[in-house]
Amino acid sequence: MPSAPPGTAEFRMPSLGADMQFGTVVAWCVKPGDHVRQGDIVAEIETEKGVFETEIAIDGVVTQLLVPPMTKAPVGTVLALLSTDGTMPPAAAPAAVPAAPSPAAAEPSKPVVVTAPAPPPSPPVVAPRRVVPRASPAARRLAEHQGIDLASIEGSGPERAITLADVQRAIERVPPATPERPARVSPLARHIAEAEGLDLTTVTGTGSGGMITKTDVERLRTVPPLPSVSSIEDRTAAMRQAVAAAVARSKREIPHYYLGTDIDLQKALAWLSSENARRPVTERILPAVLLLKSVAIALRRFPALNGFWIDGAPRPSSAIHLGVAISLRGGGLIAPAIHSVERLTLTELMRALGDLVRRARSGGLRSSEMIDGTITISNLGDEGVGTLFGVIYPPQVALVGFGKITERPWAVNGLLGIRPVVTATLAADHRATDGHYGAQFLAAVDRLLQEPEAL
Amino acid sequence: MTNAEIQAVVLGALSRIAPEVATASLKPDVRLRDQIDMDSMDFLNFMLELHASLGVDVPEADYPKLATLDGCVAYLAALVGNAQPAGGAKMR
Repeated sequence: MPSAPPGTAEFRMPSLGADMQFGTVVAWCVKPGDHVRQGDIVAEIETEKGVFETEIAIDGVVTQLLVPPMTKAPVGTVLALLSTDGTMPPAAAPAAVPAAPSPAAAEPSKPVVVTAPAPPPSPPVVAPRRVVPRASPAARRLAEHQGIDLASIEGSGPERAITLADVQRAIERVPPATPERPARVSPLARHIAEAEGLDLTTVTGTGSGGMITKTDVERLRTVPPLPSVSSIEDRTAAMRQAVAAAVARSKREIPHYYLGTDIDLQKALAWLSSENARRPVTERILPAVLLLKSVAIALRRFPALNGFWIDGAPRPSSAIHLGVAISLRGGGLIAPAIHSVERLTLTELMRALGDLVRRARSGGLRSSEMIDGTITISNLGDEGVGTLFGVIYPPQVALVGFGKITERPWAVNGLLGIRPVVTATLAADHRATDGHYGAQFLAAVDRLLQEPEAL
Repeated sequence: MTNAEIQAVVLGALSRIAPEVATASLKPDVRLRDQIDMDSMDFLNFMLELHASLGVDVPEADYPKLATLDGCVAYLAALVGNAQPAGGAKMR
């Protein structure tokens, strides 16, 4: 990878997961002259899995944006240049002037721009800082497809996010385009078309002299145009491709081993329901939070399951960032991470989980959440299955699955009782750990769930 | 609130949680989770929506009573006060 000249740095198209090859810069959130700090959101980048608020990894001053919004580029493409020593190419420094400087004017004294690898020949783009409306990926795609400005739509989703239904309503409100050369339309046909908001521009008249008749309009009514379907299908197909690439790599490269154990949740759920009875609905905790926390604490003692296998060697992670598998409405799967789960209280973890699920479904995930997961937790139990055999998300080395919590006959101290039980499973990379280690880890999760008040 | 108003609030909440659902076609006496793809997080969000729009705080122990659309309306009507009892005949 070519490195930038001293005092400068590059912002490249990040890889937001093993399955990402291309990304589209949907919008820039910075402009030349802006000071950015590590963790600041600099761009919204769309992948097959949605639109992500993409953070920068360094401190610096943005000197040049190299691609205009809506540019699709491979992972690793240089998207923007930064100055890290506080100096700016003179022409780009006065950021208050929104006019784009020409490439020649941008570098009289410093070789920042000319020596940077492969800047495109197009003039730099100076995007005004704009607030991009929060919108679900499907909504964004449909709006784009229909040429509708998201800023003109009022969102009805969580935190005023724009949903697919909002965009569809907006499309219905847009008056049908007037034909350049008005077709001849029978009065009755025009009346029906206007009353029902049908677009006559695409209709071929079958009446005398090509006149559009009532029959033509009624045919239009029975076959409504469905522009949204193709874009949703596109998204679904792209998501399928992304998942396919990741799981194929996983099954090709990772020698999985699988373990499972049944865990008695009576104590944990009894504690949780008494805790929840004290809490208002806004503070209530789901059982999934206890499962996540117990996994995170157990991982402290079993670090080899937490991290990556890269270039033939284990790379355990000291931080415990749990990727949570979330199914998206309309199909697809995403596993954004909650950071440092072992340090969060149950209340904080619940809030983080709710926030993550909401943003996964309505837009607003951050790039770090897509990159940082050190292990994945999948909880298909909500959907009724008892046991989950996980496919590890490379380059991670383990996936913990939880099935449905069910009441089962349970023998304790020679007596048979009925207990709420969950089957916890571990799919782990046999290159990184052995079954004995994995078994001890699952046993530790079980022990932690027997003392819920300590979680 | 009338039952119809409560039902409208419930359907509005459900449509925000599961935008793909045609709420008009929901069967009132069949479990919502059998008709809508809802996990426990979605159900909690449903409770949060009802909390936001009606000011009700449904205890977790009562969640089973809100399993169907009919169940939601009956339960919430009792909770928020119902100006129009089902059947329309006032007994007082």
